[in-house]
Parts: sequence; C-alpha cells; structure tokens
Amino acid sequence: MSVKRIIVKQLRLFSIVGLLIFSDVSLAAVESYQFKSLQMEAEYNQLIGELRCLVCQNQNLAGSNAELAKDLRRQTHELLVKGNSSDQIADYMVARYGDFVLYRPPLQNNTLLLWLGPFFLLLLVIVIVFVKMSKKQMLVAPERIAMAKAKELLFEPQEK
Amino acid sequence: MRFILPLVAFILMVNLLGFGLTLDSKKIPSPLIGKPAPEFFLRKLYAPDEIFSKKDLLGQVWVLNVWASWCVSCRTEHAVITDLANRNLVKIVGLDYKDQPTEARRWLKQFGNPYLVSLMDIDGRVGIDWGVYGVPETFVIGKDGNIKYKYIGPLTKESLDEEVIPVIKELLS
Repeated sequence: MSVKRIIVKQLRLFSIVGLLIFSDVSLAAVESYQFKSLQMEAEYNQLIGELRCLVCQNQNLAGSNAELAKDLRRQTHELLVKGNSSDQIADYMVARYGDFVLYRPPLQNNTLLLWLGPFFLLLLVIVIVFVKMSKKQMLVAPERIAMAKAKELLFEPQEK
Repeated sequence: MRFILPLVAFILMVNLLGFGLTLDSKKIPSPLIGKPAPEFFLRKLYAPDEIFSKKDLLGQVWVLNVWASWCVSCRTEHAVITDLANRNLVKIVGLDYKDQPTEARRWLKQFGNPYLVSLMDIDGRVGIDWGVYGVPETFVIGKDGNIKYKYIGPLTKESLDEEVIPVIKELLS
C-alpha cells in the first residue's frame, strides 16, 4: 500500500523533472516549413536561433511569437530555398535592421570595446594584483632578514 | 586614502549606468539612412488596380508614414501627421502595414485621411525591405531618392517641430 504510493509519487516527480529537462521553452516557432535537405533545415534552425527579433529584443526569431518574427522566419525560409547561404541571409537582415539583428555582434571598429573590453579588464586586474603582491613582498623582506638574524643569535650558543 | 580608489570606481560605475538609462534601447538606428529608398511596387488602398512605386515621387522630398488600423499608437500619431499634411510642405505617403484594406479604409474615414496616397503592404514584405519593426515609423526621403531621416514610434508635436520639419525644410531648400 505505502510502497505503491511511494512509487506513484516517485514517478510523478520523475515525469515533472523530465518535462522540465526536455521541454525547450525557447522554441516557439510553430510553422512547419518544407526543406530540400536536412542540411538546409539545420541551417534554418541555426539562423533563426542567431537572429534577433527586433520587437521583443531579448528573444531570437525562433523564440518569438511576434508578427515580425513570423515574417522574418518566412523570409529566412524563402531565401534559403532560393539558394542563399547563411552568410547572405545574415547580410540581408543586417542591411535592413542593422548589426543589432545579430545576436553575435561582428568584430569591427565600433564593437572593439565590446569584444576586447573584458580581456583588457582582466589584464588590468592581473597587473594590479602583481603590483600589490610585489609591494607586500618588499615590505616583508626586511622583517625576514631580522627574523633570520634573531634565530641565528638565539640558536647559535646552544649548538656549541 | 584607501577609500579613494573604490570611491572613484563607484562614481565611474554610477555614471556609466546612469548614462545607460538615458539611452532608448527600443530605438535602433537604421542602416538605411543615406542609402537609396528600397524599391517597392504596391497597390493603392483606394484604387487597388493601380500600382504606385518610388519612381512616382523621384525628384521630390516626401514622407513615408508606416501605419496600420490595428496599431493603437497610430491613433495618437494621426493628429501629428495631419498637422504635417496641413502645412503643405511635402507629400505624405501612407504605408498601410499588414492590415486589412476594409479596416484601413474605415480607419481613414473615421479619423481623416492626411495621405497623398495609401499603399497596401498586406504581407509586410515592403516593411521588411524598409527595416520596419515597430509601427508607426516615419521616413523622410530626399530629392535624390535617398532616405534622409527615420523616426521610430509615434511622432509627437515636439519631435515634428524640432526634428522632422527642420530636416524637411533643409531638404527642400
């Protein structure tokens, strides 16, 4: 009786956890498009994952239900079927909506700070830590000499 | 003395974040400014057999206002667009974006029609070519057929007087 209840409880828990793990909440795209090849479908899925929906700016085209996202998914599919490469489609979107449409910003003059800023900060922190540490060591050094001398004076007579 | 560095860092951080708050992340600069206006061939709302294209206005300064009957903020903007039309400076073309023609005609009948011509972009393809992502949007196109200015969101009286009208006057002179 109670064993049965435990098993039921366990099963329920597992199914909830399973649902949480396997449901991809970010995929809201509902249309089903036909593709000539699996590779093209993979390209499509990659593209709508990397292009931003401009109406709801924190979502990609795949995850958005906005009308514009739907239209841009349709456009992406059409361009792929017409034989455009992923790069060409990304360029097509950038020409209309600007770099902001890309989730991964390109490395160019106005994004240098964005790309290199974190590394610069890391370098800065490393330099600061090194300077501080070497300063500390310099302060400690005379103390060490004094300690060594004290030991010498203390222990020398005993050895004799 | 040991408080100075963290304090300076803190002040810098606050200023940086404060500056970030003054920016409007909803307004993304259009890459189309300074470039030729995208080509379009659209049916007229009041004469669906006739096609209107950008060639029809080449050599003139004109305004493209993107609107729709389902767009709530277009209603507040409508008075400002009407104001612009009444000044008789430029021709205003309405791009009826992803709308139903009957609804659009009813809307214009109810609020008044400030447009030289209204064009139907039922499936939103011309909107994509123009980089439209939030209705309403307003473009100013120069005599050379290039896009000179874009306003995203509902035009207000202040933005009309302080931004749009000066741009138009400069292009006309």
